[in-house]
Amino acid sequence: MRAVAPVRPSGLAWPMIAVAIAWLALVILLPLASIFAEALRRGLPAFLAAFADPDAIAAIRLTLMVAAISVPLNAVFGLAAAWAVTKFEFRGKTLLLSLIDLPFSMSPVISGLVWVLLFGANGWFGGILEQWGVKIIFNFTGIVLATILVTLPFVARELIPLMQAQGTDEEMAAITLGAGGWATFVQVTLPNVAWALLYGVLLCNARAMGEFGAVSVVSGHIRGLTDTMPLHVEVLYNDYDFVGAFAVATLLAGLALVTLALKTWLEWRFAGQLAPRQMTRIR
Amino acid sequence: MSLIVEGVTKRFARFPALKGVSLTAEPGQFLALLGPSGSGKTTLLRVVAGLETPDAGRVEFNGEDFLALSPRERRIGMVFQHYALFRHMSVARNIGFGLRALPARRRPGRAAIEASVERLLSLIQLEGFGERYPAQLSGGQQQRVALARALAIEPRMLLLDEPFGALDAKVRKDLRHWLRRVHDETGITTIFVTHDQEEAMDLADRVAVLREGRIEQIGAPAELDEAPASAFVFDFLGDSNRLDGRIDSGRAIFEGFDAPAVVQGPVIGPATAWFRPHETELEADGPGLAVTVTNAAVKGANARVSCRAADGRIFEAEFPRGARQASIAVGSEARLRPQRVFVFADQDGGRSTAPAPPRLT
Repeated sequence: MRAVAPVRPSGLAWPMIAVAIAWLALVILLPLASIFAEALRRGLPAFLAAFADPDAIAAIRLTLMVAAISVPLNAVFGLAAAWAVTKFEFRGKTLLLSLIDLPFSMSPVISGLVWVLLFGANGWFGGILEQWGVKIIFNFTGIVLATILVTLPFVARELIPLMQAQGTDEEMAAITLGAGGWATFVQVTLPNVAWALLYGVLLCNARAMGEFGAVSVVSGHIRGLTDTMPLHVEVLYNDYDFVGAFAVATLLAGLALVTLALKTWLEWRFAGQLAPRQMTRIR
Repeated sequence: MSLIVEGVTKRFARFPALKGVSLTAEPGQFLALLGPSGSGKTTLLRVVAGLETPDAGRVEFNGEDFLALSPRERRIGMVFQHYALFRHMSVARNIGFGLRALPARRRPGRAAIEASVERLLSLIQLEGFGERYPAQLSGGQQQRVALARALAIEPRMLLLDEPFGALDAKVRKDLRHWLRRVHDETGITTIFVTHDQEEAMDLADRVAVLREGRIEQIGAPAELDEAPASAFVFDFLGDSNRLDGRIDSGRAIFEGFDAPAVVQGPVIGPATAWFRPHETELEADGPGLAVTVTNAAVKGANARVSCRAADGRIFEAEFPRGARQASIAVGSEARLRPQRVFVFADQDGGRSTAPAPPRLT
C-alpha cells in the first residue's frame, strides 16, 4: 500500500526535480543552515554563553511549562472531541467540527487578542478579575490560554479522519460482549488510535513551543517572566545580540528537526494506523 | 427461550427502515432475515441486539422485556459482516474478551478463561492460532474467530449480520455448512441476515423475507418455495420468467397454449404469470411462445438457455443436459411453454421500480 511502483525519471522530469531541489535549498536549507552558522559565528564558548543568561533559562523553562500544560489538555480535548464526533450522532455535530477547525483559519494574532478582549484590564471580565486580584493577561495563564487556542485542532484533526475510517463496529462488538463504555474506550478505541494520537501530540507540541503571534499579544514581553523562547529570540535580536538570538533559535530549529524525524518515523512505521493522508494539512 | 418481535418501527432521518415488523423465533431455531439492501433486515437485527432503539413496538425474549435491557445485559452473541475483530488484540484475547469483561464476581479465573479460549479455538479448527493477530488471518478464519468470540460469553441467542458477505464463493459454502453444524451442536437460537436467497434457503429452518421495512412472508424454505405469498417473494427467491395471460378456473391461458396455475388470492381475468426456468419447457415446435435461442450455458448437470421473444422480452429455461440439447442451438427458433405458473393478487410485480433506498449501516 505504501510503495508506489517506481517510475524512472526521464525527459522533463530531471529539470523539474532540479528546480524543486534548488527551491527547497533556497527557502528551507539555506535559512536553516544560516541559523546554525550565525549562532556559532563567534565560536562555541559564545554560543554556550547564550544559555547561561538567566533570561534565556527563564524563557526555556516558560516554554516547556506552557507546552507541558497546553499539550496534554489539547490531547484530552482532541480525543474527546474526535470520539464524540466519530462514534455518536448528535445535533450540532457539523457546528462542532467547524469550531474545531476555526483556530486553523484564524490569524494567531486574533487568537491572542480575544483573551485580551475578555480578560484584559479594559476587557469584559477585566474589572471583576482585578477586584479579585486575578491576573490573566501579561501573565503565565494568558500565555497558556493563547497557546491552547492556537493548537486546539491538531490532535482532533489527526484523530477524526482515522476514527471515521475505523467506524464503530469494534465498539459495537465490545458492547455486545458485555464491556461498559469506559472499558470499551480504554481497551478498544484508545489502542486503535494510539499512534495517531502520538502523531497529533507531536505536531501540537511543535506548534505550542514555536507559537509567536498569539503569545506575543498576551505576554507583555516581561523579560525573564513572560518571554517564551520565540519571544526571547526577538528580544535578543532587537538588542543586536545576534549570537544569543541565533543560539536560542537553534533550540527551536532543533525541535523542528526532531519533530520532523519522529513524524517521518511514525509515518513510515505505522502508516496503516495513522489518519489517511489525503487531507490537506493547513498550518 | 423464544423471541417475540411485535410491531417494531424504526425511522432514520428521512428514511423509514422498519414499518411495523412482527415475528417470532422458537428456541433453537435457525432463522434467516432475507431481503434486498435497504429492506430493513440489518436494522431489525440491530434492534434485537440493542444497537438500535425502535421508535415503537415490543421485543421480548423468554418473557423478558428486551427493550428495557442494555445490549450488554441482553447477553447476545453478535457477529458482524466485517468481523469487527479487535485488531490490536491476539486471536486468543479477542475470543476471551467477553469473559474478561464480566463483572468481577462472575468473571472466571485466568486459567478458566484460557481453557474456554482453547476449547473455542478447537471448535473453530484454529488450534495454535491463538497468538496470531487478526490481520494475519484469512477472511474465513477471521469470521470463525468472530463467531468464537461471540460464543465465548455463552450467549442466549446468536445474531449474524451478513456473516459470509465478504468471503468468496467456495469459502462461503464451507463456512455455511460449518455454521449449521455449530448451531446443531450448541442448539442456540440463531438469527442471520443475508441478501443471498440461496444461503437463506440452504441454511435456515425458517426464512423471513423483508421488503421495504415490512415482512413479506415468513416460513420454512419449502413453504416459501411452494407457496410464495407475493410476486416479490417469488422473484427474490430465484430466477423467474413472466408472461401476461388470463386466469380461468385454475389455468393460465396464453395465446395458443395454457398451463396449470397456482393462484394466490382472488384473481380472475388478465394477470401476470410467473414461472421458474426449471419449470419451463423449450421444444423445437408444438404449442408455445415463439422464441429465438440467444445463449446456451452449462450450469452443473443442467443446460441453461436464454431466449428472446419477437417483442424483445427475455426468457430463461433450464433442463438436464443432453435431453433436448441437440435441437436447441443458439440462433434456432423454438417454442417456450411453462409447465406451471404462479399468479399473485398483488399485480405490481416483484421487480420494484422504485429506486433503491440508501443503504444503512
